[in-house]
Amino acid sequence: MEFFSPSEFAKDKILAVQEYAMLAWHSLANLLRQPRYLADMLQQADVIGVGSLPIVILTGFFTGAVLALQSANSLTRFGALSFTGQLVSLSMVRELGPVLTGLMVAGRNASGMASELGSMQVTEQIDAMRALGTDPGKKLVTPRVVSTIVMLFFLTVISDLVGLTGGSMVAVLLLRLDSNEYWNYAWRSLSMGDVIQGLAKPVFFGFIIASIGCYYGLSARGGTQGVGRATTQAVVAASVLILVVDFFLTRLLMVIVPVAR
Amino acid sequence: MANGEQNEAVSRKLKQTIVFEKVSIGFEGGPVLEEVSFSLEPGETKILLGVSGSGKTLILKLALGLIKPDSGQIYVLDREITRMKEDDLFALRRMIGMVFQEGALFDSLTVEENVAYRLYEERVAEEEIRRRVVEALRFVELEHTLDLYPSELSGGMRRRVAIARAIISEPHVLFYDSPTAGLDPVTSTTIVELLVKQRDVYKTSALLVTHRLQDAYLMATHQFNRQTNRMEAIREGGQVDVHTRFLMLRDCRIIFHGTAAELANSPDPYMREYLS
Repeated sequence: MEFFSPSEFAKDKILAVQEYAMLAWHSLANLLRQPRYLADMLQQADVIGVGSLPIVILTGFFTGAVLALQSANSLTRFGALSFTGQLVSLSMVRELGPVLTGLMVAGRNASGMASELGSMQVTEQIDAMRALGTDPGKKLVTPRVVSTIVMLFFLTVISDLVGLTGGSMVAVLLLRLDSNEYWNYAWRSLSMGDVIQGLAKPVFFGFIIASIGCYYGLSARGGTQGVGRATTQAVVAASVLILVVDFFLTRLLMVIVPVAR
Repeated sequence: MANGEQNEAVSRKLKQTIVFEKVSIGFEGGPVLEEVSFSLEPGETKILLGVSGSGKTLILKLALGLIKPDSGQIYVLDREITRMKEDDLFALRRMIGMVFQEGALFDSLTVEENVAYRLYEERVAEEEIRRRVVEALRFVELEHTLDLYPSELSGGMRRRVAIARAIISEPHVLFYDSPTAGLDPVTSTTIVELLVKQRDVYKTSALLVTHRLQDAYLMATHQFNRQTNRMEAIREGGQVDVHTRFLMLRDCRIIFHGTAAELANSPDPYMREYLS
């Protein structure tokens, strides 16, 4: 029977963090080095961006709708039902839009990247690519990282808008609020700080999703079982990291870009 | 497509195609290679024999720079690669062709895209790519499979496409990792015939890993006849040298280096058991 060695475990974890840091760094540094795979970036942008659009729209819409429904319950007690637009708008733009979109895209694309690259790894396609003189980092990782960052930014904008629309439909159809009033509050409550906060986050989340997905895919070992394991780990790690980074990022952005009220 | 004259010209300039000098490497399970030294001369084919786990495939990966040794030097096309930067290695690998054990074809690309992969990377003109892909696929007699995906091919066909992909960029040296493993005898012979053709017609140096002794002997005892376009046995007593040598690995070291005849007549008990 093999005994558990804490030092070996610690060494493995440190090595994994080092390998991830190297991959993450090179994924961005490769942008400054030839060749750049523009066609691959566009293809990935299509897969990640257009492919994720339905789930992002659905999630955004119903999040905005339920937010309006829940907040109306509390606001009515204080006679402040007209502030529904403001609450939905601030929650969606600053927090729920970026985080939920990030989690949705992580679930869909971090797993996709891990399974695709993992399958390539266990069938020696990654080695074949290196043997053919192509850097898998440049060809596979950088296009995915760049495309995820760019597309997550736009998906978050769409999610915010759709969320506000969902909130407005609940406000108008169920809460009998005036549509102009809802949109007026929603728009006026937003400051530049809120928008910057909400749109800075997807840049970091996109980087986390793609780099984690690629890292677990390229680290896959042990056949199809290893690919399955890598896929699960990628989704879990990317989701947890998004939530953890969101906390620290929010704190940091609150200091850098104070919200004027 | 590789041509004999070009490879012969390269061969004249090169002192050695591959040189391993006291190369050692080990993993968590212990050492795999210990102070392994050998060289591959220009135009020569070396067949690596040994039981599973003896480090045959590892030698190919070391020679490609995919793995770094713990100690020792490796020279490929007269360049020392053990301390070479990854970017320089990518450039060097473009002069090497590699056929992986299961072919390692890109499953999301068609046969044409797989074979043309390196040419796309080198930004070769479309018409030139098409011409060379058809030529390479004709070499392996699969020019009708251009639009098929690897999953639609048989195991033998996948290996032949992998050979076409390896030779399309006119490599100076070819590495074959068990190209006949898991194939039926007829398909294996077809693959060996392609390797013999590449060796005799295009004079490409090669390292071949195989478990199948019969395929190794077939390579060492046959030559390619350009007139009949077929492989044929070298007549007994014939003065033809097909530049094919054997290396046998055992217990992390090379225990034999020589010709097919020397291998067959080896008095070493382990070798005799392996050959029987």
